[in-house]
This record gives sequence, C-alpha cells and structure tokens, in this order.
Amino acid sequence: MTTPRDHSVPFNISLVGVGGQGTLLTSDILALAAMHAGFDVKKSEIHGMSQRGGSVISQVRFGTRVFSPIIPDGQSDVLVSFERTEALRWVHLAKPAAKILVNNMERIPVTVSSGLQPPAADMDQRLAARPGLLLLDANPLAEQAGNLRTANVVLVGALSTLVPFDESHWQTAMRERIPPRFLEVNLRAFDLGRAAVG
Amino acid sequence: MTQTKLLSANQAIAWAAYRSGCRIAAAYPGTPSTEIMEHVAEFKGAIDCEWSVNEKVAMEIGVGASLAGVRSLVAMKHVGLNVAMDPLMTFTYIGAIGGMVIVNADDPSLHSSQNEQDNRSLAKFAKCILFEPADSQEAYDMVCAGFELSEKYQVPVIVRTTTRTAHTSTLVNIGSGERGEAPAIPYVKDARRNVAIPAHGRLMRVKVEERSAALRELSETSPFNRADPGIGDLGFVASGVAWQYVKEVFPDAPVFKVGLSNPPPIEKIRAFAAGLKRLVVIEESDPVLAEQIRAAGIPVVEPNTELRMMELNPMRLAALRTELLGDPRPDAPAPETGLPTRPPVLCSGCSHRGPFYILSKLKAAVCGDIGCYTLGAAPPLAAMDTCVCMGAAIGTAVGMRKAGLPNKRIAAVMGDSTFFHSGMTGLLDVAYNRIPVTVMVFDNRITAMTGHQENPGSGHTLLGAESPQARVADIARAFGIPRVHEVEPYDLARLETVFTECLDSGEPAVVVVRGPCVLHEKWAGKHINAVDPGKCTACGACFRLGCPAIVRGEPRDAAGKRFQSKIDPMFCTGCNLCAQVCRFDAIAPVQ
Repeated sequence: MTTPRDHSVPFNISLVGVGGQGTLLTSDILALAAMHAGFDVKKSEIHGMSQRGGSVISQVRFGTRVFSPIIPDGQSDVLVSFERTEALRWVHLAKPAAKILVNNMERIPVTVSSGLQPPAADMDQRLAARPGLLLLDANPLAEQAGNLRTANVVLVGALSTLVPFDESHWQTAMRERIPPRFLEVNLRAFDLGRAAVG
Repeated sequence: MTQTKLLSANQAIAWAAYRSGCRIAAAYPGTPSTEIMEHVAEFKGAIDCEWSVNEKVAMEIGVGASLAGVRSLVAMKHVGLNVAMDPLMTFTYIGAIGGMVIVNADDPSLHSSQNEQDNRSLAKFAKCILFEPADSQEAYDMVCAGFELSEKYQVPVIVRTTTRTAHTSTLVNIGSGERGEAPAIPYVKDARRNVAIPAHGRLMRVKVEERSAALRELSETSPFNRADPGIGDLGFVASGVAWQYVKEVFPDAPVFKVGLSNPPPIEKIRAFAAGLKRLVVIEESDPVLAEQIRAAGIPVVEPNTELRMMELNPMRLAALRTELLGDPRPDAPAPETGLPTRPPVLCSGCSHRGPFYILSKLKAAVCGDIGCYTLGAAPPLAAMDTCVCMGAAIGTAVGMRKAGLPNKRIAAVMGDSTFFHSGMTGLLDVAYNRIPVTVMVFDNRITAMTGHQENPGSGHTLLGAESPQARVADIARAFGIPRVHEVEPYDLARLETVFTECLDSGEPAVVVVRGPCVLHEKWAGKHINAVDPGKCTACGACFRLGCPAIVRGEPRDAAGKRFQSKIDPMFCTGCNLCAQVCRFDAIAPVQ
C-alpha cells in the first residue's frame, strides 16, 4: 500500500493480547518501522504485570505529528489481537470500518477455568459480525516457520499489508529489534503472515 | 551528527544522565520507573549505578554524591518517594552541590500501584524544582537542564514522569549521543553548610526562602514554560502528558504549557489569562497548579467534567469539550459486555501458590505486602486480608495481634526483596517485643514483580557482579527470633505442618519458603501432569489452586455446571501441587 494519503491525522493501531504472547515485541517492531518510514510516532503500552497472564494493550500512532499517546476509543484503524476473547474485549477501540486482525486461538482465563465466571457467550458470532474481521491461524504458520513463538511475527507480517508504508521498513525494524540468532525464523514467519492475507 | 531514536521516557532519562556527565545513579525498582536504572546500567563504564536496598538509601547515595561535588541520578516510583522523604526534606535545606536529579514516577489510574498520590505536592512541600515532561524528548531535555539548574541553584530537581510518559516511546533527538563531561566540584568540608543541626538548620531555613524567590524568577523565564497562541477566548494551562490531550482535543485553542511546574510561572500565566474569557487548568491528578493559579487571583474555571481521578485521555477531554463548547460528543462504541475478566495471576508453577493454598486452608488472617505474591489475594486462593505498603505486613500483623482477633492465626507474608527493603525493621520489632506472629518470607531470590531485578538475596548486583547472598533465616536468628524454619514450596503436607506449628506456637516465628521464580529460572519439575478423565469426579479441588495450566474439561452433569479438569501441557511446569490436592488420584505425571 503506497497510495498517498493525508498523514496530518494519525494512523492508529491497537495491539492486544495476553501477557507473554509477544504484544510488546510486536508493537516495538511496528513503531520502529513507522519511524523508518519517516513518520512521527508514539508507542504506548501498559505493562508491569504483563507476564502474569493478564490482559495487555499497546497502542501505536504515526503521522506528520502525533500528540496524545492514547488513541481515542473507536479511532483505531487496525486492531491486532493475539487471542479471540481479547479481540472482543477491545473491539470498541476500532473504527467501524477497521480491520480486526485476530490470531484464531483462545486462551481461557483462570476466572473461567476455575469456575468463578462464565465463558463469553456467542463470542465467535459476535466477532464474525465485524465486517473487517481477519481471522488468521497464526500458530500453525509459526510452526511452519520453525517456532511456535513466532506467531506474533506472523501477525506482524499480516499487519504489514494493512498499513500505509513500504515492506522494506518492516525488514529494517525486525533486523534492529530481533536478536540475530532468531532473525531468520522470524523473517520466515513475517513472510508467511504477509502471504496469508496479501 | 545528531541522532534520533525511538525511546521511552525511561530510556531517554538514562541517555540524558549519560549526556550530562552524571557519575552516580541509584534506584529501587518500582513500576513504572524500573527501566531507568536498567538503561543506565548500559552505560556502566561511565555511570556507577546500583539497585539500592530501598529508596531511602538510594536518595542518601544521591545526597552523598552531590555533597561530594558529583552529579547523581536517583529514580523511584511515587510511593518510593514516601520512603525517601526523610533525607529529601533535609537535603533540600542543605542544598545540592553536584547536580542531583530525582526521577519520580507517578501512576495515575493505579496501573501497578496501591495508590494514586500526586507527588507534585511533595515537590512543592520540599521546595524543589519540579519538571513535568510531556514526552520522551522533554524527559531528556529536562533531565539535562535539571543537572545544570540543580548546581546553579543548589537545589535537588525532581522530574515527575507518569506511567503514560514513562512507558510511551517517542522520537528523541539525543544530539551526538556522546558522553558529556561534568568535572567534580572540589570538595570542601563545611559543617555550617552540610551538618543539619538546629543552629545550622535555622540559617539554612532562611536561605531556602531566598532560593525559592530565585526559583520563582527562574520559572518565569524558563523556556519550558511557554504560551502557544491560538484562536478563541477559551484557553488552557496544561502540564505533563495532559498537554498532549489538550493539543489533541482542542487543537486551535491557546494553551500555556507548563514544563517547569514548581514553582509555577504565575506572572506568565497571568499575562496569558488576561486575553481570555475562560481559563481551564488541565493536569493529572490533583489541582496542584489550579490552586496556586487561583490563589494568585487569576480566575480559573472548574469544569463539571470529572478530571481529578485516574489518567486523563482524549475521551475525557472530549467530554470537557462538550461541556465547554457545546460540541456533540464524538461517537464512541460501547465495549462488549458479558466477557470474563482476565486479571494477572500467579504463574503456573509459581512457588507462592502452595503456601497461599495452605494459608487459605488454615483460615489464617494474612497481612500481605507488595509484590507478585499480592496476587494471592485474588480468588480462588483469596489468601490475603490486608496489603498497605512495602514492608507493612509485619507491623500490621503486630497491630492485629495486639488488638486481638479471637481464635485467629495471624501471619505476615512478604517477598525477599520487600523483606530487605523494609521488612527487616518490622521483624526486629517482633523479636524485640516478643510478639507472637508468624512472619513468612516467600523467598524466590529475585525482585520478580518488576521484572526480575537482583537484590541482596540474589547473589548479584545490578551490573552482574557477585555479592554475598543475604539469608533471611540467618537474619531472623540474629535478631533473636526463637523459631525459624526454611521450607520448600512444593510439598503441601510439609508446609501445612510447619505453618500450623508456627502459627500455634504462641511465640515469634519466621518461615522462609525458598523456591526460585519459575519465570526467572525457567524452573520445571521432572514430569508435567495430566488428568485421567476416568478418575476425575469434577470435584473442583484442583481449580481452587488458581493455576493457569488447569483448565476446564468436559461437563459432568446435565446442567453443565460441574466440569472435569484438564491440564494444558503448554503451561504445566510439573510443580505437582494439583496431584497433592486431588483426593481421587486422578492427576498423575505424564511419563
């Protein structure tokens, strides 16, 4: 996607998932790629308890000039979710026409597995009602790339087709952010993700 | 050649310390400030940095460095400054020599804290310079300026970040990125200046007021305080990240940006306000600026829109826009309902789970503390009665014991890092006054909650150097605690025996539960477990461990209310607690 557009209004991406799924690495790569593409960029995340299986959110905005690090509700151009329940939990962040890119997997919260709370009713139907939904089986693609832990980078590959800058900037960002010994498998994961929605 | 980098404010602060010739840095970890010292450690050849045992010690190290004429940086979260207030309140009288910057990270919305205190009031209280960066570039620039101003005005400088600025990455021009030089100011012994006794303190007191007058002048001329012109007769004063939200939601309005906010630039704001019909002050969280501006006789509109509690954001400012300008509220879709919550939980295999399970079973009153183990308060373990602040578990338990809870066993629970931080003094009180409470230290030999920082029990320093491992049991014995046990975290029967014995002993006792953090050491048992569906009666006992690896299996009744359990092999670490709580032998190792 290299169509010229007005960047005075920032492009907004929310990334959500469960602690430990790689939400933060993904938003790092995205923000670096946006920087290399020449934009002002802000990447905001709430972590601290993120490794303890809680819900995690990170937001990236880029454009000519970005002020608020928080994206107004309902103004995300893309919502990336690493898990189905979290996609639904945060879907109100997205514009009505936004792309909702979701790893097609579910991690049952302890509140449900321990019987304290009921599971979400009609989750799949509610998600399917979103016109921009892109369900991606990132886990098998990550295994195909050579490591299940690259599922987040499969999503990065898919995301790269939905944002207005060139693929080369993603490559630069990944080389900068990912340790050399893991780079090759991650680049494969990126390509598989990109091909899966391209 | 100048370099532009994408940095969080925490990273930018470390770069600024490097650039400013800072030589000494000290901190105790605390979200959202922790990464500052981790990034300072990347400049270890240039900056002598450490994890201090607590914030008070970190502050005192900064004080000593400053009095020796060297630039120092100390960092802590907002509640950490409470611990460090004692040295700060007198050091501000003595005054800095080498530049001293204190980074204080507030946490509006309590993302990872027990309260939402606005420490800008403490900067006013301590009569220090206060900076409020709105992004990482400002954090960099204000720390650099802070070292200069600290030396020029002989005052400690506080830089107040918030969770949002600390953990937001923005583009930062770090200049050449090279080390700056700040030669040490020659040391002169000067008791009248540096020894705060009453006779000297009275002289210092007068000088503090003279300095405050000079700082007011400084604030009026600081480039960090500036009016941005705009359209209309509604204008704003905004500080910190709140300025970003004002610019986002009121892009055309005149805005006075306050960067150096203590003391505030009152006369500049008066001139700004003169051209306006309505002036609104947007700040996170308390009305620190608004009250001072109003006290100076400048009318300030107090909106009805609630902006005092919790983080500000563009949605809340949009509500304010509706109130002030009558614009329709922007459409914002409502969140989906009926979703299960996903709070953070103790990890599968966590060494804290077993002891909490037993405390819950023994129905002990548990005075808890600050760390990962505070998660033991959450259902289904629900094994905590109180949590106040770092180290408070012990004193609280003593108070409860003295107050008398009939037929109640009373335990204090804290982690190793918290024990070293401020639990030791409480324990000494227990030993000294012979209070029959049981202090349990869940010792995983790392500061886990904030992301695995080294501490006096871990055997390593911030820079990875070997250090003696302080042993909690040895400390307890040295204090004179008569009953001290060390136990493993994964043997429930043994935990129950030892806990019961100590809680019922009628004398001071310490139990150290020693087991590594599973996240940190990638600990794993010999075999992971699985549930035999032929034996599982859906009794639910294993679910009460609150282990994320134990998930709901098949329903066992027509109503679909009772479920068998299943163990997710991706998450099971083989800690084997679940097999110990199963009365039907349905859980066994997978060979």
